[in-house]
Amino acid sequence: MADNLKGLVKEPVFDNNPIILQVLGICSALAVTAKLETALTMAAAFTAVCCLSSFFISFLRNITPSNIRIIVQMTIIASLVVVADQVLRAFLYDIARQLSVFVGLIITNCIILGRAEAYAMKNPPIPSFFDALGNSLGYSVILVGLGVIRELFGSGSLMGVQIFPLASEGGWYVSNGMLLLPPSAFFLIGLFIWAVRTWKPEQVEKPDYQIHQVHRTEVL
Amino acid sequence: MALNKESRSYIFTMAVVLCIACSIVVSGAAVSLRSQQEKNQLLDQRANVLNVVGLYRKGMDVNETFNKRIETKVIDLDTGEEVSGVDPAAYDMFKAAKQSGSNVTLSSEQDIAGIGSIPKKAIVYVVRDPQGEVLNYVFPVAGYGLWSTMYAYVAVQADGNTIDGITFYDHGETPGLGGEISNPKWQQQWDGKEIYNEDGEPSFRLVKGGVEPQKPGSEHKVDALSGATLTSNGVTNLMQFWFSDMGYKSFIERHARG
Repeated sequence: MADNLKGLVKEPVFDNNPIILQVLGICSALAVTAKLETALTMAAAFTAVCCLSSFFISFLRNITPSNIRIIVQMTIIASLVVVADQVLRAFLYDIARQLSVFVGLIITNCIILGRAEAYAMKNPPIPSFFDALGNSLGYSVILVGLGVIRELFGSGSLMGVQIFPLASEGGWYVSNGMLLLPPSAFFLIGLFIWAVRTWKPEQVEKPDYQIHQVHRTEVL
Repeated sequence: MALNKESRSYIFTMAVVLCIACSIVVSGAAVSLRSQQEKNQLLDQRANVLNVVGLYRKGMDVNETFNKRIETKVIDLDTGEEVSGVDPAAYDMFKAAKQSGSNVTLSSEQDIAGIGSIPKKAIVYVVRDPQGEVLNYVFPVAGYGLWSTMYAYVAVQADGNTIDGITFYDHGETPGLGGEISNPKWQQQWDGKEIYNEDGEPSFRLVKGGVEPQKPGSEHKVDALSGATLTSNGVTNLMQFWFSDMGYKSFIERHARG
């Protein structure tokens, strides 16, 4: 059992990562990673919502009518997201303002609904919790990775502390403004996918369709 | 199980019970955290006011500095007189602008800033130096941009004419284009500009194509934002409106110039 749980947590981090293998949850990964601070807060809020929603959805799975199961899942997820948003606004007001709508948009994050449908509806609460934790960790690892690269090279700082003195303020580092814009996260995610698939070649997808080589004699 | 999970009555019961449970959780969180959130909002508002007059430092005790240096006045927009009997810390002028009884609805010719109605009573922050001399007045202003209402604080020197700073603290303009209204480098251009011309008309505006400093009238002009004509027009209208007779002009004439 314990080994099984460990596997549930470990597997989605690199072997079945929700962002770089399943390519889900891209929207928020682009939007909130210009600074490490917001990326960490988002990762924490996401982890809390994902784990708790999987737990409760799994807890109710045997009494949930299949006709309204998606509505039940969404209600639980949405309630947890609103609570998370309220907590952030009460205790981390500045960061909550920077995250603005993206905390609310956790509701539409496909990773959470994906875990609810694929795992929590079919498994008991405890494994569901750990499965969600693993997926949240996978999401968080990518978010934090993006946050570190984008903030360090985009504005020369980490967590708001200046690491590279900027040329515009008399230092030597000319910051890469593109990294502060959302599309840069796309390029970085692409590079992450490349790196992980080089490290773990079994993740490389087979081509959907191979063009059949036709010999000219066959045509006739 | 005797219960039929797919029966209509069961589905309804389940949905109702779940909704009630979830709404209890949500409203419980909202109610129990409200006081903390309001404290944060007030703190943020005060930090913005300190920021526009250049008193804000990271990690400072906002409330202490605010209470020491800044006096919050509630004024009657029409007469410019200070009103008593309103708690300035609890009064939200933009909320009051939406409540009938405490607001004045604007006609379409009057409403150049696109805000629909203004409060009867407004807030002015008076910044004093340690000797008690007035350094700045800070005026909260609002106006419609491209997507939504932009909220800002304008700091004006004691003469009631020279701008000392601007902070757009809430807006929904396009990031990178109109959103540049919150760029400190652009906001720096506002410093030292004058709101009123010799006739006392509000003349401050954003202009396309750059400001030529040697030309007459440049003391009223700031570069418009490229790619954001509607936002720039909104900012011009907001300034024209709030420093006209409808806005703070009566207060400025009574206090600053007089």
